[in-house]
Amino acid sequence: MTTLIAILVIGLLGALFGALLGFASVKFKVEGDPLVEQLDALLPQTQCGQCGYPGCKPYADAVANGEAINKCAPGGEDTIKKIADLMGVEPVALDESHEQDNTPKVAFIIEDDCIGCTKCIQACPVDAIIGAAKQMHTVIADECTGCDLCVAPCPVDCIEMHPVKETPQSWRWDLNTIPVTHIE
Amino acid sequence: MTEYFLLLVSTVLVNNFVLVKFLGLCPFMGVSSKTETAIGMSFATTFVMTLASTLSYLINTYILDPLSLEFLQTMAFILVIAVVVQFTEMVVHKTSANLYRLLGIFLPLITTNCAVLGVALLNIYEQHNFFESVVYGFGAALGFSVVLIMFSAMRERLANADVPGPFKGSAIAMITAGLMSLAFLGFTGLVK
Repeated sequence: MTTLIAILVIGLLGALFGALLGFASVKFKVEGDPLVEQLDALLPQTQCGQCGYPGCKPYADAVANGEAINKCAPGGEDTIKKIADLMGVEPVALDESHEQDNTPKVAFIIEDDCIGCTKCIQACPVDAIIGAAKQMHTVIADECTGCDLCVAPCPVDCIEMHPVKETPQSWRWDLNTIPVTHIE
Repeated sequence: MTEYFLLLVSTVLVNNFVLVKFLGLCPFMGVSSKTETAIGMSFATTFVMTLASTLSYLINTYILDPLSLEFLQTMAFILVIAVVVQFTEMVVHKTSANLYRLLGIFLPLITTNCAVLGVALLNIYEQHNFFESVVYGFGAALGFSVVLIMFSAMRERLANADVPGPFKGSAIAMITAGLMSLAFLGFTGLVK
């Protein structure tokens, strides 16, 4: 008799708690992964693919699942620092496969050499190159994110990356070059 | 009132669960390497311990005792703890994704934190009434939190300290924990 009551009591308790948990899991359902959204917001959204992922969102997804945080070349040190803060890990240096220099650049097509193969148009993630087959191509400088994905596919090496020219609109005080020292 | 206050002080300082009773040492060593994580773990454990202590008391008094099923205590309490932990995990996942990721496996492992089951069982052995059970659970969790946060602060400093090679990492952490335990012995005799 005691055994039966014991089984009944534990069974009822289990059913009650199970129902409670079921209710809670509906009530506290997590829509998507908020961490991915936060990471995506930190990335520069150049969609350049230099990290080895098809865009910024897939890379954010990968970082949330443990991918290295130092693969975003356009974002540079600043982005790595912000991601490190968000993830609660130590910042690391930019991946060695990328050059350290992350001054803003823009693609430039040497128009005399262009043979009109459209390979760079297909490579461009932001459709910043215009032109047609057997016609000369050119870059819309305002749209170009400087991701240098168009450089490798060009069969005649007529694409160069030029640093963005400083204009009165883009010029900034470079305050970091003034050394700040504490005087004892 | 005084009686409850004395019980609280006694559980937090004199009979501290971690440093005097040596219960719950796994999360104490595991989650104490960063203060931020330790604080998150403290809140989660406090919530679980207080709720589990209260629920265990209720189940024991109103279900197990009248049916003379005391032999089911451990099983029923584990059931309660597992449910409360699951619930806490859902709430933490919903409210702070970052904390959820930082705590990682240690969040579900609160289930196996012996301090939580310890509180529930000790409530019965010491024949606490309802309010005493609540205070005892909360006090035990508070003691755990205080010690965990203090210890994590020390470990953050130790990470930067010039520790001799053989003592690096867990070894120096164990020694620190031992010294803290000695320090807490100083509270003996403060309350009964």
